[in-house]
Formats: sequence, C-alpha cells, structure tokens
Amino acid sequence: MSENTLAPSQLDQRDASWYVDKLVQILMFVGGISAIIFIIGIFVFITKEGLGFLFEGFSFTEFFGSINWRPTSANPTYGALALIVGTASVTGVAMLVAIPFSLGAAVYISEFATGRTKETLKVLVELLAAIPSVVWGFIGMSIMNEFIIEVFDVPIGLNVLNAGIILGLMAAPIMTTIAEDALKAVPDRYREAAEAMGATRWQIIRQVIMPAAKNGLVSAVLLGVGRGFGETMAVLMASGHAINIPTSPFDSVRALTATIAAELGETAQGSEHYGALFALGILLFIITFIINLAADLVVRGIRKK
Amino acid sequence: MVASETRTKVLEVDNLSISYGAKTAMSGLNLDVYENEIFGIIGPANSGKTSFLRAINRMDAFDTNMKVSGSLRFMGTEVSAWRNAYALRRQIGVVFPLPVGLPMSIYDNVAFAAKLRGVKGKAAIDEVVERCLTRAALWDEVKDRLDSLGSQLSGGQQQRLTIARALSQEPTLLMLDEFSIAVDPVTTMRIEDVLKELKKEMTILLVTNLVQQAERLADRTALFLSGSLIEIGETGALFEGQTQDQRTKDYLEGRFG
Amino acid sequence: MTARFAATELNLSNYRTERRYRLMLFSMTAMLVLPVLIILGILVLKGAPMISWEFLFEFPRRGMTEGGIYPALLGTIFIVVVDLIFAMPIGVAAAIYLSEYAPDNWLTRTINLAIINLAGVPSIVHALFGVGAFVIFFGFGTSILAAALTVAIMTLPLVIVATRESLQAVPQAFREACWSMGASRWQTIFAVVLPNAISGILTGLILEVSRTAGETAPIMFTGAAFFLPFLPESVFEQTMALSLHLYVVSTQVPEVPEALPYGVALVLIGIVLIMNAISIVFRSYLRGKKKW
Repeated sequence: MSENTLAPSQLDQRDASWYVDKLVQILMFVGGISAIIFIIGIFVFITKEGLGFLFEGFSFTEFFGSINWRPTSANPTYGALALIVGTASVTGVAMLVAIPFSLGAAVYISEFATGRTKETLKVLVELLAAIPSVVWGFIGMSIMNEFIIEVFDVPIGLNVLNAGIILGLMAAPIMTTIAEDALKAVPDRYREAAEAMGATRWQIIRQVIMPAAKNGLVSAVLLGVGRGFGETMAVLMASGHAINIPTSPFDSVRALTATIAAELGETAQGSEHYGALFALGILLFIITFIINLAADLVVRGIRKK
Repeated sequence: MVASETRTKVLEVDNLSISYGAKTAMSGLNLDVYENEIFGIIGPANSGKTSFLRAINRMDAFDTNMKVSGSLRFMGTEVSAWRNAYALRRQIGVVFPLPVGLPMSIYDNVAFAAKLRGVKGKAAIDEVVERCLTRAALWDEVKDRLDSLGSQLSGGQQQRLTIARALSQEPTLLMLDEFSIAVDPVTTMRIEDVLKELKKEMTILLVTNLVQQAERLADRTALFLSGSLIEIGETGALFEGQTQDQRTKDYLEGRFG
Repeated sequence: MTARFAATELNLSNYRTERRYRLMLFSMTAMLVLPVLIILGILVLKGAPMISWEFLFEFPRRGMTEGGIYPALLGTIFIVVVDLIFAMPIGVAAAIYLSEYAPDNWLTRTINLAIINLAGVPSIVHALFGVGAFVIFFGFGTSILAAALTVAIMTLPLVIVATRESLQAVPQAFREACWSMGASRWQTIFAVVLPNAISGILTGLILEVSRTAGETAPIMFTGAAFFLPFLPESVFEQTMALSLHLYVVSTQVPEVPEALPYGVALVLIGIVLIMNAISIVFRSYLRGKKKW
C-alpha cells in the first residue's frame, strides 16, 4: 500500500477528473437555466416585435372594446374583442366537454379499473394526447363538420360547437392524466381507514379522495383551460374563422391564436399589422403565463399541507 | 498494550458538531483514531454514528442540509481543507449497512474504484479485481461469473462485494457502518475474519449495533448516545466493567438500546 | 351465526348505488375514448386507399391535387433530426442539473416554473418567438434551422420531464456508494446514473420525435413552405413538412380530391402513433428487466 505513506499534500491534487467535473457542472447548470433563458427570450422577442405597434397604432379601448379587426382596410382598426370572445367561447365549450369526462375517466381509471383494463385505458389516453393538432383540425373540418350539419341541420358545421368539441377531446387526455396523478397521490391509508369504517367505494371517492386531491384536480382543470386558450391549428381549422360575437354554439368565431396563424404570413415585417399580431401574442403569453402560474401555485398548496 | 499516544493519528476530532437543519446529530465530539487499529463505535439508533462517518468523508458536500463545524483532521489535514474532496474520499473505503452492489458487472464493481485512482491496463486491473475479491472471501464464489450483475448477488455476497470494492481503493481508512445488518451469521463471521487481517494494513472504523461484534473486533470502543460521546476505552477494559459512566455499563449489559 | 354475514337491506342498496356510479364512470371513460377510435377508424378507411409507393415517394403534381408527399415526408424528417440535435443535449443537461445538482432553492423553483410555462405557452406564440429570434434577429431566415430551433425550445419540457423522471428513479444508494469511492459527481452520473436511466431518455427521444413531427404552428412561419418543387440542400433553406402539408391540402388548395388529405392525415398520424406505441412497448419491456 504505497499510497498510505504519502502525505495528504501529495494526494490532494486537483487532477483532470476534478476539472472535468467542474466543467460538466457548469454545462449542466447552463442546461438547467436554459428554460428560464428561453422563457425570458420569448417574452423579450415578442415584445420587441410588438413594441412599435403598442406605442403607435395601439389604443387600449379599441383593442379590448371593439370587435372591428380590420388590419388590411384603408383605415385599419385593431379591435380584438371578438377574437377574445371567440377564444373564450371555444374554450368554454371545450371545458364543458372535457371537465366532466376527463375527471370521470380519471376517477374510473384510478379507483375502479384494475389490471389489464387499467393499463389499456391509460395507454389509450396517452395515445389520444399524441394526436397532432393539425390532424384534430382536419377531423373538425371533415368528419365533425359533416356530423354537425347532419345532426343539427345547420348550414355550416365549422363553429363554436365544432371547435369546442375538438378542443375538449384534445384537452381531455392531458387533464385525465394530471387528475389521475392527483388521485393516485392520495395515500392508500385514507382509503383503508374509510373502508374500515364501512364506507362504500363511492362514499370514499366523494368524501375522502376527491377532497384530498382537490388541488391537483383544480390544477388539471386550469392546465386544460390553458391548453384550450393556446391551441392554434385545430381552432383555426374547425371554428369557421369568422369575426363574430357568437350568440349560439352554431355561430362561427375566430380565435386569437388562429388570427395570428392566418395573417402572419401575409404581413410585412415591421408593419403595423405585423406589430398588432405580436401584440396578440403578448396578450396570449400573459394569459397563459398567469394560468400556468395559478396551476403551479394551487399544486404547491397541497405540498404545504 | 501499546502506548497509544506514540502511534500515528489517522483521525483527530476536536469539538465536532453536525446538524441537519435545526436538528443536531452530533455535538462536541472529541476523539482520536490511531493507525492500524480497529476503532469500534457502538450506540443505539440515532446516536450520531452514521453522521460522524459522513462528516469524515465529507458527504456533506452532497447534502446541502448537513452542516459540520469543529475540527476533523484526517492524516493530519483538516478534511474541509482538502482541495480535491474526491481524492480524500479515495483514501477512505466505506461499507454501508445495506449492501449496495452497483448495477454493473461484478468485475466492474471492483474495477471502478481502481480505475478512479488511476490503475491502467487490463492486466493490472484484473490483478486488483482478483486480489480484492479474494481478500473479501468472495473470489471462489464469483470467479466464473464476473460478468453477471453485481446488484443481483445475494445480500451476503453483495456485502463482500462492497468490501472488495472498498479494498480496491487501497484505502488508508476503512469505515464499516453496521455491515452485518443484512448479512447472515456465517458471512458475518467470514467478514470479521477478513477485518482482523486487514487491520495490519489499514485503520478500521467499525460502527456496529452489535455490542459483541465490537467486543470481538475492536481494539478500542466508543459509545455514542443521542449525538454525544459518552465514553472511550480499551475494549477489553470496558467489557470487564471498567467504565467511567454508568450508561456505558448499562448499554454493554443490554439494559437499553 | 351465518346470518351475521348475510347482506342487509342497507348493504344491498349501497351495492346497487356503487354499481350505478361505477357504470356511469365507465361510460364517461368510454365516451372519451370511443369517439376518437371511431374517428381514427374513419381516417383509416378513407385514407388507406391513398397509401401507395407512389404516394409516399413522389412529388406533388398539378397544384398538389395529384402525386405524392415525398418532399413533405422528407422535410419532416429533416426538421425532426435538427430538432433532436438541439433538444436532446439541452433537455438531458437540464434534467441532469435538476435531478443531480439542483439544491432546493428559489432558482430551482424558477427553473421548474419556466419549464411548465415553456410547455404551456401557446404554439403560435412560440412561432412568433421563432420569427423574432431565429428568422430575424439571428438571421437564419425562414429555414429548417429556424423551424427546428423553434420546435426544439417548445418541446424541451417533454425531454426534460421524461429524462428527469428516469434519473430520479435511480436509487440514491448507488450515488452514495459511488461518491464514497471518490468518484466525482460527473463520474457517478456517467458510470451509474445515466446507464440506468437510458430507457427513460430514449422514451423521451421517441416522444420528442412524435411531437416534433406533428407540430404545425411553430414551423409555418419559421421554415416550412406551402410548396417547393425541389428538396432543400442545407439547413438554411426552407422545406415542406407533412403537418403543414395536411393544413395546406385541406384548407388552401382548391379542387383537392377528397381522399388526398385523408391519406396525408393517415401518414402523419401513423408516424405519431407508431412512435408513441414504440415508446409504450419499450417502457414496459424495460420495466420488466430492471437491474435492481
């Protein structure tokens, strides 16, 4: 054991592996903070491009109070109210579809289904979540469009209902997964304790598990809303893309996201219209940021308890 | 009995305190460990034994919650002053309570530490692997399947693998933390025999929950209780009842712990 | 004393209520899954006749109303490959940082919040960012590079989350054993943590491929073209892409035969679902042969 006779001063050398370790640590740290850099980058760049419009063409009352989005007319107006209402109405219908079904499915998968059924359902939900939004949009335009025209006897099937259902089906798998995670996180001893007192499964779910998983369920709904708000291609293709304050689910509407997607290609970089589209982007960024922050705070609420 | 004071001190601990957040795990510890002795540490659960071992090889670097204060010198140098903590740890072998066979082949488990300290060449590494597995009394059982997974050996075999791994570091100090907790009695006896041999080459710090194990192996023994040192003494003397503190006598006689 | 265990009136009614609720929840789950299976069935029925060797390996003809999808298929592959080159190293590094280095402090919480937001920001906002940053500011123009970078940043959370989960599944005892032998953090990660998390990283990679292939909004202004009569020759050129091609043939081109978009949709969804199915099979296979 020759090294045993060495003094620490000889052993204590910063060798190559020590420096490699430090270097890797720095690289990993850069990877770690990249997410922060990108989020800030997104905000900075969309603000940078939208800034010109915000200082010149932008009027707060027109933007939020007018339904006239006429960027290409001789006297352009940028009223985003109809777009905001369009997005909200589609998201609203989507949540009416998605919330009950995804929470129901989450409860069934987490509390009732066992073995093979459970695995199969989870795999199906995962595959549902993987279907690209442009495919959903195509389904809305073709299959769902015909279906709505047939069933409700309306002239146009591209409307709030169509986009809402499509968006609901898109958001549901994610909401189901998050809600199921929340239910699964409720410790088994709660179930066992309630069972020992003679409660039925449904009583346990209603009175023990749902309250215990409340925050996770709320956060699942919030993330579903955020998802609905931000969805682009499917809404563009299924909503009819007409500027309109809807009075019935069979009215066509236009969403914030869809407006950007449809118009950005036709604007000149740096023009007022171009800036206005980035301003819509800033609005979307802020709304979804707040929704995600809220969902995160709600989830953290559980951990504190 | 050798006059301990003239021997080289491998560890010199002076007023060492360890805490995790608000919880104190060890306070005001003073002790020395000499070269080529087996130093036994006994005491009930939560007495600070493991925390002490973790402070020696600076595992606090990986646990932001763990705070160490006071003086802890290894081979004459403060452990906190080592510029390369990895080089420090290479001098200290550790055997854990639950055997940890790394999820790699048996061969790689033992070769890993040798490679870390710079052994190069297949022949040299082969030699280290065979020597260390032989010394850990495992060679005969695994020599035909060195490629199979270390994590799939039996508990007793994994613990001997862990010892072989620690030996391949050629450590100055070998620390064993309740190594026999998950090991059958026969294997325990075999490992104890190995340790008696190893003592000639290195210093051994033996933390144990078995009072009799300390009696069989340790030259000197310390009793830790609730984060403080109660008593240190020559093992033989302690077990003959020459204790300073009544709690030591009670613990050795199995009245608590 | 057998009577003690006989069903009472209350028990029976409880049992019936329970069955009712169970049935209700099951039908809700079925309502979620069935329509989609029906829709997929229709896609297959209407799209399958389109699929042929020529459809996959020929250029579109006559204003995209005839011919195949070859340049779009290839373009999607280009974007996916360039996307992986950026998303995998950054995503894996971020996951390693979060799982192996990050202390529990405000910075780590901020990183986690940023990851959630990166996943939550609408895809069209990512597109705007891609235009502002990569197309204009860094001067890549509308190109494969700009499109792939935009998608890479958007889908980064996918790689990070999948990788982090698999890193955290490696027992802490392995790390401690490695550290105590004097291995550095990186040596420990490289020798013990990564080899045992490789399944999760590969799952993340497959999911990343599937996501990237399906994204439309982030690439439509950053690098994907409606139609190109030739293949791109470098990452600084535009390309066609399958997802955008589906949008184009189903909304922008007049007089497209009805079956054509179904064929494109079927190829796209086929790629995506096969990738996801592989990742699911792969995961359960690896779960069966854990090393500890």
